[in-house]
Amino acid sequence: MRKPLTIRILSALDKKSWLALGVFLALALVVVPVLHLTFPEDSAFHVSTYAITLIGKIMCYALVAVAMDLIWGYGGILSLGHGLFFALGGYAFGLYLMRQIGRDGSYGADLPDFMVFLDWKELPWFWVGSDSFGWVALLVMAVPALVAFVFGYFAFRSRIKGVYFSIITQALTYAAMLLFFRNETGFGGNNGFTDFKRVLGYTITAPETRLVLFGLTAVMLAATLVFAAWLVKSKFGRVLTAIRDAENRVMFIGYNPLWYKLTIWVISAVLCGIAGALYVPQVGIINPSEMSPANSIEIAIWVAVGGRGTLIGPVIGAFVVNLAKSWFTVSFPEYWLFFLGLLFIVVTLMLPQGLVGLWKKIQAKKGAEAC
Amino acid sequence: MLNTVDLFEDDRPEGSDGNDQMGHLVTGELDLSHGVALYLEDITVSFDGFKALNKLSLAINAGELRCIIGPNGAGKTTMMDVITGKTRPDSGKAYFGQSIDLTRLTEPEIAHVGIGRKFQKPTIFEQHTVFENLELAMKTDKRVWKSLMAWLAGDERDRIAETLRLIRLDKEADRQAGLLSHGQKQWLEIGMLLMQEPKLLLLDEPVAGMTDDETMRTAELFVSLAGKHSLVVVEHDMAFVEKLGGLVTVLHEGSVLAEGDLATVQNDQRVIEVYLGR
Repeated sequence: MRKPLTIRILSALDKKSWLALGVFLALALVVVPVLHLTFPEDSAFHVSTYAITLIGKIMCYALVAVAMDLIWGYGGILSLGHGLFFALGGYAFGLYLMRQIGRDGSYGADLPDFMVFLDWKELPWFWVGSDSFGWVALLVMAVPALVAFVFGYFAFRSRIKGVYFSIITQALTYAAMLLFFRNETGFGGNNGFTDFKRVLGYTITAPETRLVLFGLTAVMLAATLVFAAWLVKSKFGRVLTAIRDAENRVMFIGYNPLWYKLTIWVISAVLCGIAGALYVPQVGIINPSEMSPANSIEIAIWVAVGGRGTLIGPVIGAFVVNLAKSWFTVSFPEYWLFFLGLLFIVVTLMLPQGLVGLWKKIQAKKGAEAC
Repeated sequence: MLNTVDLFEDDRPEGSDGNDQMGHLVTGELDLSHGVALYLEDITVSFDGFKALNKLSLAINAGELRCIIGPNGAGKTTMMDVITGKTRPDSGKAYFGQSIDLTRLTEPEIAHVGIGRKFQKPTIFEQHTVFENLELAMKTDKRVWKSLMAWLAGDERDRIAETLRLIRLDKEADRQAGLLSHGQKQWLEIGMLLMQEPKLLLLDEPVAGMTDDETMRTAELFVSLAGKHSLVVVEHDMAFVEKLGGLVTVLHEGSVLAEGDLATVQNDQRVIEVYLGR
């Protein structure tokens, strides 16, 4: 008998993982809001706005890391341009946030400030519909999907692999960054979008709005983990890892790798787009620097540190690296990049399976000693 | 050791990827009405002026078991590359049955019309279990959506179990394939081929690295497959070739040098010269 899909999705995770996911959601949706709203700021139990913004931001990064792991850890395709899809999702949602400013901008005009500054008289055509939340929510997913599909189709069809593919993705995000830097492109040039006031009519800096965005990000991260677990445990996931390990064999038993790679590539891009859209209202700004090659490389480092080819690894990696980053940039700002480089070298040389691999090794050793 | 499979990895002509049908690959039924399973005529393949195949012509009958021998560089692997769509010939015809033009199909399409290939070096999915290796190879709709929704039915499990017994890996079903011995990997790859239910099997040095006992068992398996399937076996091991019986084709410098049963071929003066040198 064929099992219904819901049961298959439920059985994608074991009991422990479901429990962990439940605890995580309870923390994000109940504990944090209660601690933030009920305790005064000087209380030891108070969770600060800074902490909520930071964790919310890192959860967005974790989402990107899981997306990256799907394509790199399971598909064996290293993208060094995932920052582009993240930024595209962010920009798409930014359109809506800019329109929500209404006449509260510095110039008090109907048009966003930067357009007034550039002396534009009306919205460019691609801003049409940007005041509709539904349309923009669609763009958040459709734009990264379309860019990924077109680029991926030609790259995979031409059988571009390995380091060549990585370099081209790097060039792609760099080219996009240069494009978005131009004022004429119509996305605010190097300042990007900022000074947001409202989202769906609610004040964007209000504690309740922040908590809702924080909760949504947590739910999205949890849902993505379940979806990804189902994906990699399906036959599709097995074909994907088979392509990673022996693409020739996969072709000669009758699978066309092109469509498998393209599917996971587009899924990965869409997840990044959603992460970007959740990131922008929480952080309050999106500009072309999100597309800088260094940003995309950092995404790969999160995944490598956490452990690729495991789903929890990238989440751990994103948290560890970014928490370290926020500590370093406050305490020793000039040493952060050295530390990041060192971390990458240590992980590559000594922990090929990342922190999760290290954990497994320790567990195995313990198990062996117990025997 | 370099082999041509790796050397000419990206040697396909541009735009030869017939991927316009979302990976759906049925391109006409196999027509064996004239008793010919595979027909190659005047196939020429050259790499930078070197003719790997030089007007090679060959016909394999339906149900036949054919051995191909020849010294290194004779073009055996290139011939298999042409048949499976990995390399496009510069000129010549390659037909599967009466109607399927192999020079126009991609590798996955050729797999779907019923040609299975075993590589010289065992190529299996080392990170997957033995069971999963067979599951992935099993004949079924191999498009993305179907794979996302796939769930093994009882009869499919039975078929996998049956193949596991045939290749004597039923006790290793849940073992990671990368941990198998060399001979077991060879058998697993043969098992994967069988799961595809191909009409024509191309086997490139299938018994390399096997013990004598395994080699003899492989020979028995192949002999039992002939009749229902057509088999083309490339092999250096003459004891194995003898055990298989059937016709032997000798390739040399990209074309057929001699053809006949093993004893005839072995006594052919030109063949002896090619093998022993002058």
